Amino acid sequence: MEFVSAFTKAIGMVADVDPVLMAIIALSLRVTLSAVFLAAVIGLPLGALLAVSRFPGRAMLVVVINALMGLPPVVVGLAIYLTLSRSGPLGGLGWLFTPPAMILAQFVLVLPIVVALTRQSLEDLWGEYREHLLSLGQSGIAAVPTLLWEGRFSLATALLAGFGRASAEVGAVLIVGGNIAGYTRTMTTAIALETSKGDLPLALGLGLVLLLLTLVINAAAFGASRIGARFMGA
Amino acid sequence: MSVHGPRTILPLLVEDLTYEVDGERLLGPLSLSVNRAEALAIIGPNGAGKSLLLRLCHGLIAPSGGTIRFASAAGSIAAPKRHAMVFQKPVMLRRSARENLIHACRAIGFSYGESLQRSGSALHRFGLASLADRPARRLSGGEQQRLAIARAAALDPEILFLDEPTAHLDPGATRQIEDMLITLKEQGMTLVFATHDLPQARRLAERVVFIHRGQVEEDDAASAFFAGPRSQSGKAFIAGDLLW
Repeated sequence: MEFVSAFTKAIGMVADVDPVLMAIIALSLRVTLSAVFLAAVIGLPLGALLAVSRFPGRAMLVVVINALMGLPPVVVGLAIYLTLSRSGPLGGLGWLFTPPAMILAQFVLVLPIVVALTRQSLEDLWGEYREHLLSLGQSGIAAVPTLLWEGRFSLATALLAGFGRASAEVGAVLIVGGNIAGYTRTMTTAIALETSKGDLPLALGLGLVLLLLTLVINAAAFGASRIGARFMGA
Repeated sequence: MSVHGPRTILPLLVEDLTYEVDGERLLGPLSLSVNRAEALAIIGPNGAGKSLLLRLCHGLIAPSGGTIRFASAAGSIAAPKRHAMVFQKPVMLRRSARENLIHACRAIGFSYGESLQRSGSALHRFGLASLADRPARRLSGGEQQRLAIARAAALDPEILFLDEPTAHLDPGATRQIEDMLITLKEQGMTLVFATHDLPQARRLAERVVFIHRGQVEEDDAASAFFAGPRSQSGKAFIAGDLLW
């Protein structure tokens, strides 16, 4: 019965657009989307370059990047905490316990996913297009813009995977953000805190929004890839 | 329509060319030349080295030995904008037919305006204007190969290499491709095409180079070759008795 009551209250909070709930959702989206955006700007070209390049040690680099996809968030949080702490190399930035620190932590977690999945996807595409692009004088870095555009539908899935990793992450943002109410409290850290306090309605409400968000973004990515397949033969 | 510069990259001179993989020789040593405005068929059984030879001449792979020289670029492969290649299986980008042509023109350095003009002109010239806005990968195999030839023609190359361009096509589509090639030939383009379709080589080629096991066995006028090959392997190939 307690669960049913908490669930009903949670639905009510979401339906009433509870300001505390909305502030947490807004910060979570801001942090996660910023991290995914930065990872896309850097990771997509890096992954594409890795797909078309051949150099000694490339196979090892691919293995390392693939392994980094499974980076433990708390370890990343700890490393960034030490880097941003007052005595750390980037302590002068004053980012610790601020949203930029949380963005940095999520960026570090998302970047290997974007690079690895981009590399995998575009390597297949490079195999298909290689001779045609070489015939046009596009080799190596010159082929990257074409490959990124041609792989746009599958790369949406890579970014989606990055978004999923960032939005569900709790350990790193908790360590570097500090879970400060109204300032660095995200959906995941709030769920952890409210559950430990016994405030199930807020935790459940946030959980519902998180699930809904994931569902909507997955549906959008799925729709984009279907449209791509239908209209462009992707 | 030709806008070739005053300098020609032809003749193409191939001398003592070899290609090896892991110590195994797949091609050569062979020598041949390609002259201006001729239609040259490279014929031979599967695995003879026809496709390899075209890829080497187009600069897609590096030879193990020997030289491939264009007249205006001694010692090296000339800029790709002066020679283009059409592959057996057409490679289409995930964009419209027109955008495929624009991409190719842009890739070799034409401005967007020039690329747009060239694409429209090539599509119109080869009767593909009605397909311009269709996704290229949604077209039929024959349409895709016609588009691939139009895309190469839009680059206005002096020499066009074609690797078995009709291998997977039905007779109707093959006829359309051959008509396109005849048009390009009449406009002064040099055609070098690999094929094992002997009737096609008879219809299109002025000269035939017959390759067997990586070696040039015969290099003769098409009429003379088809009237009576000099080599035993050439005779066996025409008779359909040469498997490898």
